[in-house]
Amino acid sequence: MKTSHILFSLVGLLAASPALAEWSGSLAYEYRYFKNEPLYPAQHKGNNSSLALQPEFNYQWDNGRQLFSFIPYFREDENDEERSQADLRELSWLMAGEIWELRLGVRKVFWGVTESQHLVDIINQSDLAANIDGEDKLGQPMVNLALISDYGTLDLFAMPYFRERTFPGEKGRFRGPLYVDPKQEATYQSQDKEKHIDYAARWTKTLGAWDIGLSHFYGTSRDPRFTTGLNSKFKPVLIPNYDLIHQSGLDIQATIDSWLLKLEYIHRSSDLETYEASTTGLEYTFYGIFSTTTDLGLVLEYLYDNRGDKANTPFEDDVMLGLRFAFNDTQSTDALLGIIKDNDKDSVIYSLEASRRLGDAWKLSIEARYYELTDQKDTILYNSVRDDDYIQMELAYYF
Amino acid sequence: MKKIFTYICLSILTIGIANAQTPEEKGLAIAVEADKRDLGWGNSTTEMFMTLRNAQGQESKRRMRTKVLEVKGDGDKSLTIFDHPRDVKGTAFLSFTHAKRPDDQWLYLPALKRVKRISSANKSGPFMGSEFAYEDISSQEVEKYTYKYLRDEKLDGHDCFVVERMPTYEHSGYTKLVSWIDKKMYQGRKVEFYDRKNTLLKTLNITKHKQYLGKYWRAHQMDMLNHQTKKSTTLEWKNYKFKTDLTSRDFDKNALKRLR
Repeated sequence: MKTSHILFSLVGLLAASPALAEWSGSLAYEYRYFKNEPLYPAQHKGNNSSLALQPEFNYQWDNGRQLFSFIPYFREDENDEERSQADLRELSWLMAGEIWELRLGVRKVFWGVTESQHLVDIINQSDLAANIDGEDKLGQPMVNLALISDYGTLDLFAMPYFRERTFPGEKGRFRGPLYVDPKQEATYQSQDKEKHIDYAARWTKTLGAWDIGLSHFYGTSRDPRFTTGLNSKFKPVLIPNYDLIHQSGLDIQATIDSWLLKLEYIHRSSDLETYEASTTGLEYTFYGIFSTTTDLGLVLEYLYDNRGDKANTPFEDDVMLGLRFAFNDTQSTDALLGIIKDNDKDSVIYSLEASRRLGDAWKLSIEARYYELTDQKDTILYNSVRDDDYIQMELAYYF
Repeated sequence: MKKIFTYICLSILTIGIANAQTPEEKGLAIAVEADKRDLGWGNSTTEMFMTLRNAQGQESKRRMRTKVLEVKGDGDKSLTIFDHPRDVKGTAFLSFTHAKRPDDQWLYLPALKRVKRISSANKSGPFMGSEFAYEDISSQEVEKYTYKYLRDEKLDGHDCFVVERMPTYEHSGYTKLVSWIDKKMYQGRKVEFYDRKNTLLKTLNITKHKQYLGKYWRAHQMDMLNHQTKKSTTLEWKNYKFKTDLTSRDFDKNALKRLR
């Protein structure tokens, strides 16, 4: 009787306090249809199914000035072992003061403004096994202090642990003739390997129509070089080599009427190379086209890397054109059609991303890529994805 | 003598102007008075519930929380956090409204942890697929319209001014809005929206007014009916709180990222 009374009061107290604890998340089934047989014999034939679960727990108290977040992630893939994984996307504590914010733990941070690629964004490692578009990221352990004043926000980061990039495995599509075997140890320039402490600083400020970000990163590059080696079965595989780099970044967006003008620029140097890359672009939106509620956005971006064909990216001199449809309907239907064309080679990538809410808790997403890669000089793309045209359907349940 | 005559003439002239206020001056005076009566509330938080209905009466629900900060000499700052539907949960919208220049707006996308500055030219677009346009729910500054008083009229037993407003800002979807403003509260009870072709597009009924801090009126329900599509949206407010400990720090890009 007494215990239940105490319990009752406790429940009452918790309900009365302004703290908010909540579970949410999503469960998604994904199906990929491949048009062609794979390029390499070990890759899986036919289509692919995959299931991903991402629950999320948030607890906020102190009038929202303190927040605890926990987001684990699980994926089970039909064919690719490397795509079947569990990751900690977020496990963090945040505390906000009047002129500062302290964020501790595993987190995800996004920097930048452009759509076709994210050059400035460097804090989190890409989860290329999940999707080769690089939009999926692994959780990054960090201490992050933000200092907030009228002069802008200065974010300081110390990152005590490095996450290796994930890649499609031996059976996975979207890879070259050799794959990355995660059982083979990657090499590091730093003797501390993954325990090297990386540092970063970023200053951001809004000046009227302009949003400006300036950043610097020193530490282990998220973006590896590769050497070939033999794995335990004496098969040739790719070994990622992670160098120490300095990267300075600048990102600017001007928002003027229906125009967005964008620039991302990086200067990166390691012991082996120094280079610059940029994405310059604009976006114009026609609101309510043909007297409907549909918005049509035009996106045009130029992707540049001064290493030219020696770059470890296929986007060294490319143009991206995008058409973004937002139907503004009850089901939040939208679609993005994109084309990336290389300026001096015959390679074009067509892509479509579309989504629509079904009922209240479901969402259907479609992603399709079609590769027109006939130019062998575009080595990275030609040798990896030229026969990996696909249509992906994802049905997600949100709770 | 001559001086006195001039003085009398001037006085008569002034009184004459005051009495024979033009409809434009009276309309503006009503708007200025409504604005004056709503000064000094500081900040507020509230929960919003939205019910969207299509022409067949099928419903779909939205739920969000908003925080608003009064800014002296400029438009309000507001923050909206979406809770429902679940696929957009955690999405947050930050808006700095301005009387004379375009608003500043940012959107936080929780899946990418990305803050996007967005164009505020999208005034006439639907908010969350509803019959409310962005310009209907943003803060109403006096300078955003020109006014014209039309008549006095009783609406459901309440004495009202009927005032016509013409947007002065760019990209509005309306040529004019006709508002019924309660003479006691200086708060709207009904608005008719006329589209770019000057035909009646929507009617908004504003009900369930409650007074806070002994001074400030807030409506707790708005029903928007689109006459052209027959779709409608009901917007309800619950749990209004005033004079909370919110500061301008709760309305910056850092705050946008930490909201849940």
